[in-house]
Amino acid sequence: MKSDILKIANKKFKSRLIVGTGKYKNMKECAAAIKISGAEIVTVAVRRVNISDSSKPLLMDYVDPKKIMYLPNTAGCFTSSDALRTLRLAREIGGWKIVKLEVLGDKKNLFPDMIETLKSTEILTKEGFKVMVYCSDDPLMCKRLENSGASAIMPLAAPIGSGLGIQNKTNIKILRHQTKVPLIIDAGIGKASDAVEAMEMGCDAVLINTAIAKAKNPFQMAESMKYAVISGRKSFLSGSIKPSLQGSPSSPKKGII
Amino acid sequence: MNKKNKIKIVVNGKLLTVNIKFSLKNLIGKLKTPISKVAIELNEKIVDKKKLNKIYLKNRDKIEIVHFIGGG
Repeated sequence: MKSDILKIANKKFKSRLIVGTGKYKNMKECAAAIKISGAEIVTVAVRRVNISDSSKPLLMDYVDPKKIMYLPNTAGCFTSSDALRTLRLAREIGGWKIVKLEVLGDKKNLFPDMIETLKSTEILTKEGFKVMVYCSDDPLMCKRLENSGASAIMPLAAPIGSGLGIQNKTNIKILRHQTKVPLIIDAGIGKASDAVEAMEMGCDAVLINTAIAKAKNPFQMAESMKYAVISGRKSFLSGSIKPSLQGSPSSPKKGII
Repeated sequence: MNKKNKIKIVVNGKLLTVNIKFSLKNLIGKLKTPISKVAIELNEKIVDKKKLNKIYLKNRDKIEIVHFIGGG
């Protein structure tokens, strides 16, 4: 079988599971869960350094950005200008060009503000960023993002951290059909079966944070999600049978006694 | 303390009093910030980390020092 590689902005990845690094009990737990998940990309946030205590451990001390690709996000940004400022700073930290844009518009449900998101995508692309965009599952807006140079379209399955799974399957199917860049389900995955479903629908990857970090056993859930993504992907590539309302015996009729 | 020789700056939202002729490099040293793991903004403009020793701080300058933390 041909090797199945995920390509984002000309970078190649074997794993189709991207994981977040937030909400863990501590950085040690976070680093261990990432390792078990097999993820090659992790999302990270940009925040102020604690200037009153320089002895506090840093994420980079636990998760080596040379081994795992850091994907800086703009979580917590509600305007285009805040998001742009955050990602320009992120690029300055280590020269990252691949970033995750996330401009929120709704404090309660954390839905993206698609007008600000589109505006930011256009500017960032012109500045040379490779922008992976957290977005709503509206096919029209997703097309506009893609036409503006987005490197990946990342629709939510359900609100961030909700664990509700894919709510609008029709839109995800339409998106699968129309999207030429990687289509990555971002937000809303709760169980392994949600991840399988996303991959079986033909999505190129899934991004999971809360479902792993907040599981009672995050390590076991990290492993579960790893296999869910592999399983769903292989199922998608295998050409599943057409569902039928009629039964079809698995044992031959010939030779029945 | 001679106030004439001091300036007030705001670093990550906190007020600090430092000597005049205090450079950004001096500030990073004072805070023990691991320079390779951060980005620095001076009055909302990103600073080239190679030029920190040439940038002297002025009264009321606002500095932001950021790094990566866990996030989704």
